[in-house]
Amino acid sequence: MIGRYLLRPRAFLNSICVLIVALVALSACGSSTTTGTGTGSSQTTAPIKIGISVSLSGDFSADGKALMEGYQLWASEVNKSGGLLGRQVKLDFASDASSTTQVVTNYQKFITVDHDDLVLGPYSTLLTKPSSVVASRYGYAFIEGAGGGPSVFTQGLHNLFAVSPPVVSQLNGFTSYILSLPASQRPTTAAYATEDDPFTQPMIDTAKAALEQGGIKTVFYKVYPAETTDYTPIAQGVVASHAQIVVLGSMLPDIIAYVKAFQQQHFNPEALAASAGPDQGSSFTGPIGGSNVAEGIMYPNGWYPGLNTYQNKQMVQDFIAMFGGTADQISADSAEAFSVGQVLQEAVNKIHSIDNTKLIAELHSDTFQTVQGPAKFNDQGENISAETAIFQWQKGSVVPVLPPDQASATPEFPKPNWP
Amino acid sequence: MGLIIEAIVTGILTGGVYALMSSGLTLIFGVMDIINIAQGILVILGAYLSFVLQQHFHIDLFLGLLITMPVMFGFGVLLEFVFIRPLKRDRTMLSLLVMYGLALVIEGVLNLIFSADLVQLQGWYTTASFNVGGFYLSYIYVFGFLLAVVLLAGLYWLVYRTKFGFSLRASMQNRVAAELIGIDVERISAITFGIGIALAAAGGMAFGATNAFDAASSYDLISRVLAIIIFGGMGSLSGALIASVGMLVVEDVTSVVWSPVWASTVFFILLVIILVVRPQGLLGQAEVRKQ
Repeated sequence: MIGRYLLRPRAFLNSICVLIVALVALSACGSSTTTGTGTGSSQTTAPIKIGISVSLSGDFSADGKALMEGYQLWASEVNKSGGLLGRQVKLDFASDASSTTQVVTNYQKFITVDHDDLVLGPYSTLLTKPSSVVASRYGYAFIEGAGGGPSVFTQGLHNLFAVSPPVVSQLNGFTSYILSLPASQRPTTAAYATEDDPFTQPMIDTAKAALEQGGIKTVFYKVYPAETTDYTPIAQGVVASHAQIVVLGSMLPDIIAYVKAFQQQHFNPEALAASAGPDQGSSFTGPIGGSNVAEGIMYPNGWYPGLNTYQNKQMVQDFIAMFGGTADQISADSAEAFSVGQVLQEAVNKIHSIDNTKLIAELHSDTFQTVQGPAKFNDQGENISAETAIFQWQKGSVVPVLPPDQASATPEFPKPNWP
Repeated sequence: MGLIIEAIVTGILTGGVYALMSSGLTLIFGVMDIINIAQGILVILGAYLSFVLQQHFHIDLFLGLLITMPVMFGFGVLLEFVFIRPLKRDRTMLSLLVMYGLALVIEGVLNLIFSADLVQLQGWYTTASFNVGGFYLSYIYVFGFLLAVVLLAGLYWLVYRTKFGFSLRASMQNRVAAELIGIDVERISAITFGIGIALAAAGGMAFGATNAFDAASSYDLISRVLAIIIFGGMGSLSGALIASVGMLVVEDVTSVVWSPVWASTVFFILLVIILVVRPQGLLGQAEVRKQ
């Protein structure tokens, strides 16, 4: 084959020239498309395409579905009110199956194949870390609501904006409350079990350090792989420790397993707090056997249906109208996604553009209002205005119990025994 | 020490449930020489069937097996007839692809019907427990284990004490020779596939009563069940039972004594050692033929 070209150098040169022209033409097409996306030209009326990876299967499937609903609600609201800069918003979803590999593929595809104008964040710190790097590589702004683990902010990314409260301090309200109890009521022992997840472990380690400093002895501490499916031996370890406080770095599947195991073992700690899972409404109470089983369980979060924040009341009404159910069944993940949309909408409206470079500059300089409260980002993209409350299941509903200025009920302590 | 004993007991009880799921898979491999990669999703399908019977018809989980197991048996026979029987060449490889495709379809349908929300089967015995020597033993683990014992004993009787079992074992040893002596191997294969899927339904109910699940839980299940039958020896029922219990006990004890991080690793190290020493697994093909 090559020999044939060597014998006919003119044909060979012609082929090379055709190849070069084709490559130049292709790259020109590519660059013109890339430049064309996200310029915010007000001439076009084509929908604004936003790429979002959601976990519709795997460990984060319940959270992923709730996140998707939050984004869908936001897009529906925006489109009903005339769109973004007069253009309809079209969400380009792809499922990542809770996989760090797939999430990278998805964002790569949104940007380089689908040529989406914008991208928004997936669920969890685990998936936010690799996907934000992809967005950064292509100069896309990356606003996200469910990746608040500390390792997200140490990547040195300038394009990342986490609208929800940073994770590491989310249990501070809980630990302060425990330590503020009179000595006669204050528990003296605590057990901790956490996934080796960048969202859960830093939160649990911070809580552990605070409680230890306050004189509460650690009687059990185990870190387990996020892939764990048999939680029984870990739960047995917690039970055997007879700890008065149990703090779990969990997602939904593990907290369900722990609650079941503690019930079976008749183990009733005085306080039970979990990093995530109890915030999932009926997805949590259904598998554990009803909301009465959840009584007294605490968790940190930046949102709840009754929160008096920008557009929250309206969002709750619209969510129920769109997806059905009750306010208590709305997952905080949906509110986090909705907040992401709100921040994007406010920033775009302020700069009258969807150009990602301008968007990043705007996001670094202003304060935005969301259903979770105000959002103001530092250089690393952390929301420094966000506040976390501690919520507790009480009589079938979720109520904020800490800190006192955000509370609508007093904490139920000690936690009642399992029904 | 108490924790270790507790871990061993829990491992044995949970191992029984895994034995149910893996015995179906190993039986199908033994007779048909195919790896039913869809076994994980069929276990989950069984769990969802129990869920539907319980939620909509208020039928007790164990009584519901009288419905779900025959239904899944029929479904298994149908699957064999439609998807496996037409494969005449490269059966082992092609069946892997076919069953994987089928697993994806079933997963998609389950997601469509039940969404990705986790569910767990409920009954009075799923949270109740009784005290044994200072720690509580959950009824569901005990009942699940007893179910496994009864069904596996029944399977043992069927395979080693009946005329059908004779034909089945003949087919396991040599399909061609079995055909030559007048055994209807295709019929045996269809029934075996049905039995394997019916066992998956029972395993699914026990799994769903002890774990929250969704359609995606099948991936973890199939990887564990495959590891079990490789450890026990592909095609060996007793090997599947020993490996199921062994895997769960090793994992639970490692988790308690050392760390949950190493629980699976220790089991897989043991698996590698076994495969190096005995490539056919603990009680591989040779052992089955001896029985």
